[in-house]
Amino acid sequence: MNQIPVLIRVFAFLSLLTVGGGMAAFPEMKVLTVDVHKWLTFPQLIHLYSVGQLAPGPNMMMIVPIGEWAGGFLGAVSTLFAFFGPTAVLAFIVARLWKRLEKWPWRRSIEQGLAPVSIGLLLAGCFTMAKGAVTGLETATIAVGVLLILLQYKVNPALLVVGGGILGILSFLPK
Amino acid sequence: MSVGQIFREFLMIGATSFGGVVPYLRDNLVTKRQWVDDKEFVEMLSISQSLPGLNATNMAILVGEKLRGALGSVAAILGIGLPGAVIMAIVGIFYRQHGDHPWATAGLKGVAAAAVGLILFTVVQLSKKSLATRFDFVFMALTVIAVNRLHQSVPRTLIGVGIMAVLFHHPRRAEKGGPRL
Repeated sequence: MNQIPVLIRVFAFLSLLTVGGGMAAFPEMKVLTVDVHKWLTFPQLIHLYSVGQLAPGPNMMMIVPIGEWAGGFLGAVSTLFAFFGPTAVLAFIVARLWKRLEKWPWRRSIEQGLAPVSIGLLLAGCFTMAKGAVTGLETATIAVGVLLILLQYKVNPALLVVGGGILGILSFLPK
Repeated sequence: MSVGQIFREFLMIGATSFGGVVPYLRDNLVTKRQWVDDKEFVEMLSISQSLPGLNATNMAILVGEKLRGALGSVAAILGIGLPGAVIMAIVGIFYRQHGDHPWATAGLKGVAAAAVGLILFTVVQLSKKSLATRFDFVFMALTVIAVNRLHQSVPRTLIGVGIMAVLFHHPRRAEKGGPRL
């Protein structure tokens, strides 16, 4: 079956949910890509998201392999445009209206009101992911360790993700 | 600057910004090229955060628009996205072929756990910066409960709690203060 129209619909929809960051859309992404359309499994989704943190640029490029698996090269390209197109157009319109919006009294209300909701969505996405990613003492230690190190020192987060991978190999590789 | 220059600059940022795009954007656009000043950069970042879309791509659109209009925006978003997209396409192919190798599964478990820590850090950082009142923590908690406990969909939660929170911060209250985003 041709998955491309479905891919476009799903990722254009997810795109509009990424208020505050890509993670905000994660719970819905899990439902749609894993449970509804079965393009990949939940562990695969977690793996792609996490490895995606090691790539430079916008941190949701993990959608490319999802599109590629579901619909080949064309699937990857459609997914990319569906996921980044709608918000790009919206940002462009806002950029154009910006001078006028500056005087609009509700602008600050929207900024201040959406801040806690977007942080909440980020945290909700984090919990959804943690259900699959933090499964025992070792993984919990890695997650908390990364948090504490970042709170304490100025380290490039990508290095800590690599460090997590090395710890993973040391603790989970069957002897 | 030309559209080509914008594309090249954002392509460089897209290819080198390991571990989060914002510091690289500031270094290159504000400090090195001086295409935007610091105040403008902070303002654009706050718009980027209240809009749907990733910070990286929203910033590309806003900066591109400022520099060269619609073509500037297109050049900037293509530039910043292209390297990561190609890398992840390749990673995806490898992962599909070798993802069930014991080394890969073991390493990925650690990588995923580290990514959870990373998101938690982002949550702490953003909370420090933008949660001004006790009520903001209530709105944040409501959002988490709605999605994780009550299994409400993200859009429904976003609209429901979002409207409540925006109305709470209505213009008269917003004027009185609270730190800006």
